[in-house]
Amino acid sequence: MSSFKARDIISLRDMTTQDLWTVVTTAGEVKAGMHRGCLLDKTIASLFFEPSTRTRLSFESAVVKSGGSVFGFADPGSSSQKKGESFADSIRTVTGYCDAMVIRHPVEGAARLASEVASVPVINAGDGANQHPTQTFLDLFTIYEEFGRLENLKIGIMGDLKYGRTVHSLTHAMSLFDAEMVFISPPSLKMPSNILSDLREKGVSFRTADTPEDASDMNLDVLYVTRIQKERFGDPLEYKNVAHGYRITRDTISALGEQVRIMHPLPRVDEIAEEVDSTPNAIYFTQAHNGVPTRQALLGLVTGGIN
Amino acid sequence: MERAYKVYAINNGTVIDHIPTPLALKVVEILGLGNEGIFTIGVGFQSKRLPGGKDILKIENRILLESETDTIALIAPDATINIIKDGRVSEKRIISIPQSIFGVMQCPNPNCATNKLGAHRHFELEDKNTMTYRCQYCERVTEIIPENLTAPE
Repeated sequence: MSSFKARDIISLRDMTTQDLWTVVTTAGEVKAGMHRGCLLDKTIASLFFEPSTRTRLSFESAVVKSGGSVFGFADPGSSSQKKGESFADSIRTVTGYCDAMVIRHPVEGAARLASEVASVPVINAGDGANQHPTQTFLDLFTIYEEFGRLENLKIGIMGDLKYGRTVHSLTHAMSLFDAEMVFISPPSLKMPSNILSDLREKGVSFRTADTPEDASDMNLDVLYVTRIQKERFGDPLEYKNVAHGYRITRDTISALGEQVRIMHPLPRVDEIAEEVDSTPNAIYFTQAHNGVPTRQALLGLVTGGIN
Repeated sequence: MERAYKVYAINNGTVIDHIPTPLALKVVEILGLGNEGIFTIGVGFQSKRLPGGKDILKIENRILLESETDTIALIAPDATINIIKDGRVSEKRIISIPQSIFGVMQCPNPNCATNKLGAHRHFELEDKNTMTYRCQYCERVTEIIPENLTAPE
């Protein structure tokens, strides 16, 4: 029996390296055409207490492609919480309607609370600024698909490193695979010191840089770009100046070397120039598409459709 | 000559000494003693160990559980705890900071499920040296802040 059956997927902190391998290799199998119909006769609840496009649609696509059925809501206005029902009671009710539930909620820890009251597996599709484990799974799967390995890669992580949950989770995951990392950000959005201390304790090799060009000597395998959010800056002019320095163009790729692959969790605003889209270096749309087989794999594993 | 006690002796119960002044009332709060039996508090005694002074708390007819006395270590790691039976010290209890904290510590993250959705407060020790704990819901790491310690849920 799979160690994933009936398991809640809440936080990367609960996952072992072996667990990550299981998800990545199963996603590869799904993409190669295996495990068809792994959600046949399964009903999945899709409970989005805050708006989402990619995550919700790719989960729902994953269910349908695997032969399951999906129901739920796409914004909290459609839920009974508007009538004053507690979050826990909503979950206790829905748990009787489905075989697994996918939850996104703006409150940090909401998915953990849901997993404590639900009798079916709960998958966290994002809880506030805390965790979004399936984003990390699909990032890892995309890297594995591109390089044929996860170990000993050189990864640049760029953008809002202070607040970005995606980059924190990816940093944690890649540290398990002996990655060499460079963190590229404006001074005001640097990687939090507790994460850097953790990396030092684990003996992970990393450095920090102000611009992607500063890492041109590293022969990066991956440059993972994230959005710099306008709302983090009090002064619009300051934002404009900072954002300009964090725009990936063909020239950036020339500086980093043709081997580099550009990833982005999307949506992008203008941090990657459109001229990059047509280069073989751009894999961010493949990355977004990989959300489907990755979530098919995960749903199949937790519902027992994939053993 | 008989010693004059400023906080009178008890025959049965728990005596907590070497609480840094003025945290005795905070200890009363986190133990949830408000409406339970008799306790006496002495505040601001001179102490060689605690330059800022010490408080003493005597709880009559109640032997605190180890889980309760370990909670005291969060704000008074040097507290000494004596269990009194029939007027004698029957146990000198060593306290250590707890691995888990349930109920008594409020998460400092206002957007945490414990503050927004009614999840029960639960922290696990993250680092004994820095006395930091990780909230089991929002996963933020926090130091012990006496103001965030409250009566048990």
